Parts: sequence; structure tokens; C-alpha cells
Amino acid sequence: MRLEDAIITTVSGRAVPILGDDIDTDRIVPARFLKEITFANMGNYLFYDLRFDETETPKAHPLNDPHYLGARIMIVGRNFGCGSSREHAPQAIKRFGIQAVIGESFAEIFAGNCKAIGLPVVSVSDGAHALIIDHITHHSEALLSLNLDTKTLQYGAETCHVELPEARRQAFISGTWESTALLRVNMPAVLEKAKQLPYVQGFAS
Amino acid sequence: MSSNTLYDHVWDLHKVATLPTGQDQIFIGLHLIHEVTTPQAFASLKERGVHVAFPHRTFATLDHIIPTLSQQRPYLDAQAEAMAVALESNLANTGIQFFDPASGRQGIVHVIGPELGVTQPGMTIACGDSHTSTHGAFGSLAFGIGTTEVGLVLETQTLALNRLKVRRVQVDGLLNPGVTPKDVVLAIIHHLGVKAGLGYAYEFAGTTFDTMSMEGRMTVCNMSIEGGARIGYVNPDQVTFDYLKGREYAPKGEAFDRAVAYWKSIASLPRATYDDIVRLEAKSIEPMVTWGINPGQSVGVSQSLPLPETMPDSDRQTANDAYAYMKFTPGSKIQGQAIDVVFIGSCTNSRISDLREAARILQKGKVAAGVQAIVVPGSQAVKRQAEAEGLDEIFKSAGAQWREAGCSMCLAMNPDKLIGDQICASTSNRNFMGRQGSPTGRTLLMSPAMAAAAALRGEITDVRELL
Ligand code: SF4
Repeated sequence: MRLEDAIITTVSGRAVPILGDDIDTDRIVPARFLKEITFANMGNYLFYDLRFDETETPKAHPLNDPHYLGARIMIVGRNFGCGSSREHAPQAIKRFGIQAVIGESFAEIFAGNCKAIGLPVVSVSDGAHALIIDHITHHSEALLSLNLDTKTLQYGAETCHVELPEARRQAFISGTWESTALLRVNMPAVLEKAKQLPYVQGFAS
Repeated sequence: MSSNTLYDHVWDLHKVATLPTGQDQIFIGLHLIHEVTTPQAFASLKERGVHVAFPHRTFATLDHIIPTLSQQRPYLDAQAEAMAVALESNLANTGIQFFDPASGRQGIVHVIGPELGVTQPGMTIACGDSHTSTHGAFGSLAFGIGTTEVGLVLETQTLALNRLKVRRVQVDGLLNPGVTPKDVVLAIIHHLGVKAGLGYAYEFAGTTFDTMSMEGRMTVCNMSIEGGARIGYVNPDQVTFDYLKGREYAPKGEAFDRAVAYWKSIASLPRATYDDIVRLEAKSIEPMVTWGINPGQSVGVSQSLPLPETMPDSDRQTANDAYAYMKFTPGSKIQGQAIDVVFIGSCTNSRISDLREAARILQKGKVAAGVQAIVVPGSQAVKRQAEAEGLDEIFKSAGAQWREAGCSMCLAMNPDKLIGDQICASTSNRNFMGRQGSPTGRTLLMSPAMAAAAALRGEITDVRELL
């Protein structure tokens, strides 16, 4: 991907609310779907056991609600993405069509995985979270706009502040969230580091 | 900001550069891989014609999907077979050491790393698995990563990381009889909550950990992630060095002495400062059982289940969700709750000391009628050791099943699954909805001794009655 194409500064679109705290990655993608050796189908498995019953009949879930069809932003609660390190979880979210996740807080590994695949996750205060949820439940057609340059989220007539680690923000707005190139540049220093670490040298001297 | 902690020392020693984004580029000293979180990473390398940079710093095994009844190939589950084949072909010609079943060293990645001596103090350790925190028991910075990051480590042996804050979790005193490291970590998570660790590394310190075995320390560090902390560690000490001495991949002879000097040099200093310190008393901890859908929702075995109306707003919703899913009644006793299945295993509690503890209880009787109990050793080496000690005979004559090594019913990616809304007394680490293979299955987390006691009585039992 060219750097210009990787730049992410704004995400705009309708938003879907996923209520509740501590939503773990087992809920986001149940483990049985991790047996596939590509991420290609992960979008189909997003929140699978909450969206479908044993006979694969759709259950009541915001992602099955026609009002939120085509939403690009997901609004979540606290400690979203806790549990396993499976990248299948952010892959499922992204491949489902979600381009940004906004919540009160995120599990560390999950947030790192989202950054690694170019999916911004940002946090908002408890107060703003309640207002956003209220707004989109009453106006499912409302367009939200996340701006990583100004660290703001616009919804209806309101604007609120969003937070994310500065390094992650930089990575999105400079298009360097895919960090292979950044890391590769320093390979000479990496080789040097390996020589300095006593255990890499087998404690030879 | 913390200073002079093991975290600071190891971070600084492994820092390669500050990246333009402000993150640090950190050298990864040990990379552990398994079949589930790697195929896409290898595919990406292959697509771009890139080689593994430091193949001797990566070790592989097969654990998540491996069946535990018969491991004969091809596996009955075609998808599992495909995953195993993918791992084998991805490793071919890379120079990466593969601890496959034929090697006699296969097992759960977080069990075999330590037992082979691959895991050592003062390393940075990454693995595409959140329970990599286990290896922190040795005084390493060990953490879970996603598949894209697995690819980065294969390609560059480094990662772009943000420095964490450090919280010292200090527990002092001797544990009461019947109380184990599993209870300690469940109590810590209960006390601090499942979100408290966000943005932190946990340093487990205090006399309770000083006197704890390496296997116990692994159990505690394993569940750091359940408390929200990506990293948990214990400073290395004589217990650590004694454990490592003579292990297959540990340094030998004079190199071992030099290693010990390095290992001592990275420990937190007495003048270390922390971003936060919390304290608990060991004597206040009793055998713990989870009742809900996250590992913080636990009670001491003598306690009643909490009342959602008395909880702060922030916990009430999750508690109500948990009661709806678990079909339990607020205020009722956890003791006496009937169970259907007992699972003794997982990277939390499948080591030899865990199996000895379970056997000590199971030898007192028979698994209750209608209860299915399975014991799954964490590695082939644990299995051999248990059989040498006759533990397998104790399990089998009590009516429990004795299986081959693997992750098994911890996350049920193999045929070991709960059915319908069965309730499982489990020594694993996660009681999430659907975790053990049935979308309505229910998991109660506890220690191996408590799980064994539940197996005998067919209900949640205070193991102290059986000691
Ligand atoms: S035993 Fe469970 S938690 Fe541990 S690595 Fe295997 S699946 Fe993950």
C-alpha cells in the first residue's frame, strides 16, 4: 500500500451501538472460527453467537437491526476487546465494514491489533459516551464524523473530544500504522542489539 | 513514571530506536508460535518473498487444535488437520525449531517454554497468545501479540511498542491451607477488577510470592491478562535459578553463572519507584470460585453470590448479564452448586504440581455419578512425569479421563467441548460466554484442588473439608 493511501484522518458514517462492558474477544469471534487459516471470512463471524441461534436464525442484535445496516462506526463500552490476542476480532470488525471503534476504554492487545490493521479505536469520556449512545439510538440515520487531526467526534450538533495514544494517532495520520517499513529501516541497529544481549550470545563471555 | 524496576531495565536493554511515531522499537528475545495465530503471518512473508530474520529465536509447537484422545494423523477434524499441515509447511526450511508431538516435547506453548528452559529472566518474549504473560514468572517481559505483529517479529525480530506503567501488586504472608496460587490471582483480579490493569504491567511482589514455587508464579502471571494487564512478572531469585538449572535450553556450566549474574542485574532495585502500589494480605484469601462471565466475578467458596443492586453502576449491568447467562440466583451460595463437567488442565493449571494437587484430592474417592472429569496434562513431559508418579492411575481409578497434552477444553478448538448449558468446574483462565465450546456453556474457574473436590461431590465444595 502507498503511504498516501494508508493515511487515516477522518471516518464518517452512521454508527451502531454495542452496549455493555468487558466484551471479550471470544464474544467478538467465537474460537471455532479461528480454525480458518485466512481472515477472509471473518466479517461473517462478527458476534456470531449473539447474532444467530443454533439454527443460524438471526437474533435481536444491533448488527442485525436494519436501522444500523451499513454503519461504519461502532460505539462500545469499557474494556472492549478484553481476553485473547486473536487478531481475528479486529479483522472481523473491519471486514464487516466498520472503519472506526469508539468506546470508553479498550483492552491493550486488542487496541494494538486494531492499530496494526489500520482500524482506529478511540476513547471518549463516560459522559460523552452516554450522550452518543442516546443520540444514535434515537437517530439511527445520524452521521457521525471522527477526526483524528483535531481529536474530535461530531454527532448531531455536538462535538466531543476523543483520546488515543499519541503514537497511535501519529501512525494513523501519517499512514505508518503498518509498521514493517519503519521497523525494517533499523535492521542494522537490530543486528547490533542482538550482539549486545548476553542471552542471544548464549552467555558466551 | 516508574524507574529502576525490572520493567524499566529490560525495556531499556531491548530498545533499538525511538520511531517517528514516538513508539519504541523493542528487540524480541524469544518468539513462541503455535498453529492458530500464525498462518496469515507466514502467508504475508511468503507473498513478499521475505525470510525469517532470526529463526533461532523462534520456537513452535502445536497446542490449541490438537485432539487429546487420539493424536493420530490425519486428525478427524479436517480444519484442525489443515492447521497442523499449514504450520508444518510454514516451518519447513525456516530453521525454526518445532516441538511437534514426535519430538516428545510438545505441549501448551506456555508450559513447554519454561519446562525446556527456553524461557529465561531478562528476556522480552512475545507470542500470538494473550497468556504469554505466564513467562513473566521468570522475570521477563512477556506479552501477547496479534497475527500482524507475529509477522513483524518473524520479519524484523522487533515490535513497535508503547511503554506501560508499572503497578506493584504486593501480597504478604503465608497462604492458608487449601489456598493456592490460583486463588491468589483470582483474589487479586476480584479485588482490582478486570479493567484495572489497562495500560499497566503488574509486578507481583511480597513474601507470598517470595515463597511461591515457579509453577505457582506461572499460574499467577498467566492470569495477569485477566486483570487487564498485558504483562505480569515476578523478579527472578534463587527459586527461579534453581528451576532453570539443568533444563535443556538453559545455559550450562560457566555460562550458567554468567547468566545468573545477568538475571540478577535486571531485577527491580530497592529504590525502584512505581506508578502505583496495591497491597493484599495472603491470610485474607480463601479458595475462590468464579460465578459470572468474566474472571473478576468471583467469590470465596464460603460466600454468597453478590447482589447486583448493591453494586456500583459500572458493575451492575455486567452482573445482570452474568446472572442471566449463568442462570444463578443473586444471594445464593456457590457451595453446593451442582456441576456437570470437571476440566483440569490449561496453561494456568496443567503442570505437575497442579496434577499432584488434584490427585491428592481425587485419591480420596470417586468422581460423582453423572459428572464427566477430564485431566489434560500441559505437555508431553508433564504427562510422562505424572505417569512415572502414578498420578494417571489415581485419576483413572477415581473415574476421571487421562488425556494427551494440549489446550483442550480451555477454549474447545478441539473435540473437547461443553454441550448445551452444562456447568464446568474448570482450572482454566476464562469464564467468558461460550468459551468452552458451547454458546450456552457455563464455566466456573477454580484451583485444581477445588476442581477435584467438585468432581468427587458433583457440586462446588470447599476443598478444606477434604484436606
Ligand atoms: S490453555 Fe487456554 S488460555 Fe492457555 S494457550 Fe491454550 S487456549 Fe490459550
